Amino acid sequence: MAKIDFKNRDIISIRDFSKKEIMHILKTAKQFKQKPNPNLLKNKILASLFFEPSTRTRFSFEAAMQRLGGSILSLADPKVSSSVKGESLSDSIKIMEKYCDVIVMRHSLEGAARLAAEVSCNPVINGGDGANQHPTQTFLDLFSILETQGKLSSLNVALNGDLKYGRTTHSLAYALGLFGSRLYFVAPPSLQMPEHVIYELKKMKAKFSMHESPDRIMPKLDIFYATRIQKERFPDPVEYEKVKDLYIINKELIKKVKTKFRILHPLPRVNEINYEIDDTPYAYYFEQAKNGLYIREALLSLVLGEV
Amino acid sequence: MTKTYKVDAIKNGTVIDHIPEEKGILIAELLCLKSWQYPVTIGVSFTSQNQGKKDIIKIENRELTEEEVNKIALIAPQATINIIRNYQVAKKFQVELPDILDNIIKCSNPDCVTNHEPISCSRFFLEENRRNQLFRCAYCERYFTREDLEIV
Repeated sequence: MAKIDFKNRDIISIRDFSKKEIMHILKTAKQFKQKPNPNLLKNKILASLFFEPSTRTRFSFEAAMQRLGGSILSLADPKVSSSVKGESLSDSIKIMEKYCDVIVMRHSLEGAARLAAEVSCNPVINGGDGANQHPTQTFLDLFSILETQGKLSSLNVALNGDLKYGRTTHSLAYALGLFGSRLYFVAPPSLQMPEHVIYELKKMKAKFSMHESPDRIMPKLDIFYATRIQKERFPDPVEYEKVKDLYIINKELIKKVKTKFRILHPLPRVNEINYEIDDTPYAYYFEQAKNGLYIREALLSLVLGEV
Repeated sequence: MTKTYKVDAIKNGTVIDHIPEEKGILIAELLCLKSWQYPVTIGVSFTSQNQGKKDIIKIENRELTEEEVNKIALIAPQATINIIRNYQVAKKFQVELPDILDNIIKCSNPDCVTNHEPISCSRFFLEENRRNQLFRCAYCERYFTREDLEIV
């Protein structure tokens, strides 16, 4: 069997990966979770270019690099970067790549990471490009599902909340469709899955259905993936008020769930998951956030050709 | 009965036939034929057995490039290209959109990076069958129909 070589590979979109490649990334992350490797990326430099504010993604990438012995060049504040002086993104990347071994970037423009990867000789990892992709989030979501269920196929997974605008649910639906899991989209009609995601799921013959309420499907579910309804996406605050508290996971809702049932959330949460859930065995969102570290350790090591 | 043409045959060049009515002028503009140094004949509203009405373009001393043919396919998917050498049809083919279109369409998403960089590039993937076309931008990954897109 041919070895999967990730050296110098860019991590831009979940679409760029086959099932086999995704499994290889998840397997590598598991190895890092089981056994730390503090010197693996010694003498390697990560350029952490967050042109848009980020705490969680940036911290977990930087922590991952440091835990593997590497160092970081960080763009602390996008306001002080040369892009403010009018430098093009491709010029910024061409300069930065000379100083580092790998780039992780977040940018407000869709496709920014793809463009950066084309002009950089060093690998580029997409930490989010506008409303488009956030592949490392999808990998850590898949890792958490695999970790709790032991498989990614033939699962019943509900995706809930803002399915219209939430890029994490789009990519996760695509990936789970690829693996052959059954999807339940739980959202008000105004925030249901957009047509382009449905089109792709149909193309890959994925099984899915749409629901306004999760009540009846709860006993079948293996995973409930909740997301925040994003206030900033609503031009009309009245419309936001109508939907903001539609879905609140409480103990009543999870009365009749499977033993291995787990709740995931990309965080931050607002009202979607009641705090009383945190102490139940079904809450997995904080472990999921921790898994982000191992996924990012795996991706950095893979694209630098060290594992 | 001898078939008579309303326009003269050309010695060398390209004849674009079976262009849907009213699209001939658009194709001529797209190929910048106004500035071509040799004669160009544009026939509008010719009678066609299959199409009812059609437009036709004859370009002397120019064989179209692949990129130009791709542009025509976006506007006139049924058009046929005849390459003429010494009054003979040397090559005849129907235009066909390739699976990847480079630098011929502008992305309509204002937040797509290709609309913000000084050296703009574009790449689209043709999805679904060729009758019901969808175009996916390689950068912002959004889907568009033909009507949403502007040819560069």
